[in-house]
Amino acid sequence: MFKKFLTSTVMGVAALGVGASIAAADVLEDVEDRGTLIAGVKADYPPFGYRDSGGDIVGLEIDLAEDIAERLDVDIELVPVVASNRMEFLEQGKVDVLIATMTNTDERAKVVDFVEPGHYASGTNILAPKKAGFTEWSDLEGKPVCGVQGAFYNRRTQQDYGAELIAFKGTSEAYTALQQGRCLAFVYDDAALLGQLENEEWSEFEMPLETIDESPWGIAVAKGEDNFREMLEEVVIDWHGSGTILELEDEYGINNTPYAKRMHEEYKSE
Amino acid sequence: MDIFYNWFRELYEATGINLPIFYNTFDRERFFSGLMMTIYLSAVSLIASVVIGVVGAWLQGSKLVWTRRIVQVYIQFFRNTPPLVQMYFFYFGLSALLPTFENEYGFQQPILGAFAWACISLSFFAGAFNVEIFRSGIEAVPETTREAAESLGYSRLGAYIHVILPLAFRVCLPALNNNLVNLVKTTTLAYAIAVPELLYVSGQIWSDYANVPEMMTVLLLIYVGLVGILVMSMNRWERAMRLPGYGT
Repeated sequence: MFKKFLTSTVMGVAALGVGASIAAADVLEDVEDRGTLIAGVKADYPPFGYRDSGGDIVGLEIDLAEDIAERLDVDIELVPVVASNRMEFLEQGKVDVLIATMTNTDERAKVVDFVEPGHYASGTNILAPKKAGFTEWSDLEGKPVCGVQGAFYNRRTQQDYGAELIAFKGTSEAYTALQQGRCLAFVYDDAALLGQLENEEWSEFEMPLETIDESPWGIAVAKGEDNFREMLEEVVIDWHGSGTILELEDEYGINNTPYAKRMHEEYKSE
Repeated sequence: MDIFYNWFRELYEATGINLPIFYNTFDRERFFSGLMMTIYLSAVSLIASVVIGVVGAWLQGSKLVWTRRIVQVYIQFFRNTPPLVQMYFFYFGLSALLPTFENEYGFQQPILGAFAWACISLSFFAGAFNVEIFRSGIEAVPETTREAAESLGYSRLGAYIHVILPLAFRVCLPALNNNLVNLVKTTTLAYAIAVPELLYVSGQIWSDYANVPEMMTVLLLIYVGLVGILVMSMNRWERAMRLPGYGT
């Protein structure tokens, strides 16, 4: 009796599981039914995703997310995410797509599907006081270095360069800690640090090291969302080919990055 | 030991259950140091908060109005604010107003670091509750006992230490127990100001390996164990201090 009950329950649960995975298999349809694209974006990463003086999230990646929504002819809803929770948001279906300054790594590709090619690329560098006089990565050995929890290069900074990493939840805490002298450098994406260096308050600081591991950022969708991914691939190629990314860089005051230029050359003929 | 560690690597390859805290030296070391940090942070704030509770409860019974008021302000401030907000306030806000010292690299650095502020915040937070817990115990000691102590020539402090506190302790141990259990769990908040405790190192590890379910399970089990040890020793203490016929 009990065994029978158990078997039927297990089968029921299994059937539910299968049903759920079929139902969730096409986010693209869900988005069209709902009339809204829910995009996970950064809100603490100028100029890619940040809050303007009115509290709205704006930025280069937000413009890209809006462009996707426009192409799908739906509204957009922005959900702010951070590095340590964004993949979980996507897995749990709280967002349809991530455009959140997310570097495409093999470990992450096991959990989410990345759109290739990447829409942008960045490397790792540090923001440090000019007075500290850092010139090489190995200079960081034994020094307190701020970081942001969840960044992939934290490990390398500790393991290969011997820095004492102090990782905070968000970038604003890390920037504050750097200014208060709690660490000698802040290891982060060079693209974001460039954006900060333009501010007056960072005039005594510099980005002294050679940028390491330039790696593409990928738009991420949940595992198995092939329709959506293929659609986004065309969109990204179009962005590169038409020069949208280069124009947005100009608009947000970023020097054209080698990656954006290279991708434009590669896809412009199409 | 290597066989034990390698077993976890094989477990990962065979089942996908990824626990690098066993098979990877770097992750094992940082996880262990995180565990030690949690135990250290818990122990320091536990002891400090009990001391604050005992002293605060005594000051609360003071004849001086201002002493009582200051204790009251302290309790209100620390009991009415979330510990996470306190930590941010101390670490980023208050410490910016405090003097700095020149560190070995020739830069100005705040005098108190993340660990110190986490200890202060946690001890004072739990201490505020402990004051009230001890007060409840003190008020449960009959007035006649207090008068008897006084008639034997005890001073107020003497009666507090030798007569009232020992009795009050026995009454408030269950409530104290609860609060200290909460304190151990609250230490996880210290990761917001980058104190490398268990949750902080686990966060680093699951960011590297995307093994959130495994690490969450490990974390949960460790906290069950840590709190279990605390509760067990508190219960043992409670039994050892039991006075036959008192409080029943």
